[in-house]
Amino acid sequence: MHEVDMTKCLFFSMEEWKAQYQPLVPIVDVLHLQVGDFTCVEPEALCFTWSAMVQDTWLAGSELLIESIPLLARCLGCGSSYSPLAEQAYQSPCCNHPMEQILSGRELKIRSVDYFLPTDNGDPSVASVARDSVLA
Amino acid sequence: MHMPLEDKLGLNLLAANQHQAAHNREHFDAWKLLCLNVMSSPGSGKTSLLEQTLPHLSQDLSMAVLEGDMTTQLDAERLEAVGIPVVPITTGRACHLDAAMVAGGLRLLKQRLDPASLDLLWVENVGNLVCPAEFEVGEHLKVALLSVTEGDDKPLKYPVMFREADCVLITKIDLLPYLPIDVEKLELNIRQVNPRCSIFRLSASSGEGLGPWHQWLRQRLALNLQPDPLPKTFLSNAKVESYGRNKNTELLSSHALVSAREQDH
Repeated sequence: MHEVDMTKCLFFSMEEWKAQYQPLVPIVDVLHLQVGDFTCVEPEALCFTWSAMVQDTWLAGSELLIESIPLLARCLGCGSSYSPLAEQAYQSPCCNHPMEQILSGRELKIRSVDYFLPTDNGDPSVASVARDSVLA
Repeated sequence: MHMPLEDKLGLNLLAANQHQAAHNREHFDAWKLLCLNVMSSPGSGKTSLLEQTLPHLSQDLSMAVLEGDMTTQLDAERLEAVGIPVVPITTGRACHLDAAMVAGGLRLLKQRLDPASLDLLWVENVGNLVCPAEFEVGEHLKVALLSVTEGDDKPLKYPVMFREADCVLITKIDLLPYLPIDVEKLELNIRQVNPRCSIFRLSASSGEGLGPWHQWLRQRLALNLQPDPLPKTFLSNAKVESYGRNKNTELLSSHALVSAREQDH
C-alpha cells in the first residue's frame, strides 16, 4: 500500500507550504488534488490513509478532494489525440504509433488549498464556525 | 475574524521528495558523478546484473552502490564481495527508496570516501514495479529490469515504470528456450509505452548481451561530459568537466547500516 508513503510525502509537502505563515498555523479545510490516471496512485486509498495519518496533527480534520485526470495522448503520426486503453494498448488506434506524447494523466498535483489563518490566537470556536460556514 | 482563503498552488503532491531529490542531484553534479537508479520487481536480477557489471567497469571507473532493501543486507553483502563500496539502506516497511533515504546513504558514504572520486553511483532500489517509478532520488538515469520469466505483458500492466525508464534491460534471456514468452512482443509492449528508451537483452548468468549494455553505460558517461546538457529524458543536468582523472577509491572494508527511519526527516 504505497499510498501510505505518498500520503506521508504529501504531508511533508504541506509542512513546507505551512512554513510561509510562521508563526501562524493555517487551519486547512480542503486540499484539492489532481491525480492522473497514468500514475501509481489510487485516489480512494490516498483519502483513507490521509484521514488516518493527519489525526492529532495540525492538518487534523482536513479533507482531500481528488479530481481524476484521464490519460490522453497525442499521436505523432497524424496529430490526433486519443485515450489509450489502460493495461491493454497504449499505441494510437489511428496510426498504431507508440505513446510518444502524453497530454494529460501524469498529474500528481496539489491544485489548491482551502484554509484559514487564525487571527484570534487560534480560538478553536471561531475557527470551527468559519469552517462550518465554508462547508455549508 | 477568520477569512477563508484559497492558495492556488500547482505544487507536485510529492514536492517534498522532489526538493530533496533536486538537492541530491546538485551534489551529484558538484561531484561530477553519474547516478543511476536501478529498478525492477523482486527477483528480476538487479543484484546479479551488478555482480557482473561492476567488476567489468571497475577496471577503469570508480563506483559505489547504495543498496536498498526492505529488511536484510543480503544483497549488499553480495555486492561488497565484488570489492565495490556498498552502503545498505534498509527501508523497513517502505517498498521503495525515497530521496531522503538516499541522502542518508550519501552521508554515510561520505564518511568512508570522497564522493568526488566516483565516476558512477548506483542506487539499487527495492524490488517493486510500482512505487519507485514515482519517487525520484536525484538520479540522472533510470534503468528498469524485466526478466523473461515475468511475462510479456508486464510493460502494459506497470506502464509508469517502463515509461519513466531511460533504459530497459530484458534479463535472464538464457532461459528463453524453456519459456513460452514472445520476447519480440515484450519489446513491442515496452515500445508502446516508451518509444524512446534503450532496450537490451542480456543474461547475467551466461554473460550474453552484457557488452552492449556496458557500451551504453560508457556512452552515457561520455555524454555527461558534453558542453550542452541533454534534455532530462536522456540525461539531466549534464556537466562540463574533464573526466580524465584517475579516480582510485579506497575500498570500504565494511559497510554501514542506514536506518531509513533515522534518515527520514
